[in-house]
Amino acid sequence: MNIAKSWSVFWEKFSNPDTLQRVLGEGLVNTLIIAFAGLLIGIVIGTLIAAVKVMPKYKALPRILDKICSVYVGFFRGTPIVVQLLLAYYVLFPILGVNIGSLNTCILVFGLNSGAYVSEIMRGGILSVDGGQMEAGRAVGLSYATTMMKIVVPQAVKNILPTLGNELIALVKDTSVVSFVAAVDLYKTFNEIGNRTYEYLMPYLAMALIYIVLVALISLGIRIMERSLRKSDRRN
Amino acid sequence: MIDVIDLTKKYGDLTVLDGITETIREGERVVIIGPSGSGKSTFLRCLNCMEDPTSGSIIFENADLTDLKVDINFHRQRMGMVFQQFNLFNNKTVLQNITLAPLHVGLKKIKGKEARAKFRAEVEANAHRLLQRIGLDDWADKYPSTLSGGQKQRVAIIRALAMNPKVILFDEPTSALDPEMVGEVLDLIKQLADEGMTMVIVTHEMGFAREVGTRVFFMDGGHIMEQGTPEEVFDHPKAPRLKEFLSKVI
Repeated sequence: MNIAKSWSVFWEKFSNPDTLQRVLGEGLVNTLIIAFAGLLIGIVIGTLIAAVKVMPKYKALPRILDKICSVYVGFFRGTPIVVQLLLAYYVLFPILGVNIGSLNTCILVFGLNSGAYVSEIMRGGILSVDGGQMEAGRAVGLSYATTMMKIVVPQAVKNILPTLGNELIALVKDTSVVSFVAAVDLYKTFNEIGNRTYEYLMPYLAMALIYIVLVALISLGIRIMERSLRKSDRRN
Repeated sequence: MIDVIDLTKKYGDLTVLDGITETIREGERVVIIGPSGSGKSTFLRCLNCMEDPTSGSIIFENADLTDLKVDINFHRQRMGMVFQQFNLFNNKTVLQNITLAPLHVGLKKIKGKEARAKFRAEVEANAHRLLQRIGLDDWADKYPSTLSGGQKQRVAIIRALAMNPKVILFDEPTSALDPEMVGEVLDLIKQLADEGMTMVIVTHEMGFAREVGTRVFFMDGGHIMEQGTPEEVFDHPKAPRLKEFLSKVI
């Protein structure tokens, strides 16, 4: 294999404005949209599930919700994300007769999937907050839900930020399977370059490099956020 | 003011409170003493249903707090609580610790931007007034992690006070403090006592119990074994168990 030739073939194709637009404007952007929107949905769903999981279970409603959440988490952690994508895009949505497009399907499925994982992360975070915080909130007459949202969850989020960062990194990398349901992501666009030039070495290397840079940037962002959230820990 | 009727609390087979019936009247300062494991903290925590009684009733302002249909949050606003471990909200500043509950509860009832802003200003002014009273107004925008134990507990006390409660429950308020900080917290509680606040206090500070209490409960084995004025309990104890306890702690 001739590396120099491989590079020049790749660069000629890659530096073409149309390809650049395809790779960065569509592939990269979609990858980021799916990962970030997925995490956002995941955090909302995960927080709700975690709240149900740690709720006292005197009454019937929390017990029923708890069962539903267990089934949900069991399904999304028990099946690969590709299977979930295929089921949603080729089975569920056609049966329901809805068509929200492949990108939206991906965002939704990644969000639902991430929700299952985030719920466990969040549950651990909530349990890591001293029980006295909840008691103090209840003692001044705030409801369980209010104390949870205003006092416990903000402290839990601070504790789980590094783990949430891991989840985001995993999501960014998992997006590389969305071409199974015809969505355009980084992998798809680099694969196209390979298909056109019959030269896969450089496109795949470049693709790997971009993923590495993305993950490094996310790690950095998380670290900066962590530092600003630790404000209340500091003695000044 | 608080009627406790046949209050029982069990953890599995272990009976912590064994059918206690007692009335706490307005203006009283009830001090609860007793060996550890006697159920005194559990008794206090059952009064605002922080701990759910196994059976029995707590009647406060004509409502049975043990009834699951009662709006417990409303009644807890009228019954403050101070914890051994302070439990200030770590993610809130000192001022926010005090204003959080009054604002949350009050703003729900108020419509209109101006009225809400006015109410917010009033609550914050009141919080600053309370902070000035304990000499910590300069710390209003600091986080609890920067305060000493004694300062934290004093903030916790005015946090309870900011809701204008009818009664305040103190759960061993000085047990987690360095000895040199105990005094400042006890002084603040004494001030409130002098102003006529109704209180129920679990404590190991016998001198303080004698000074501030109007009635003393000695608890042992899930019962109130002996009770009376501080003079009766400390100077003329009747039960052998109480005599033994006092000889050890004083």
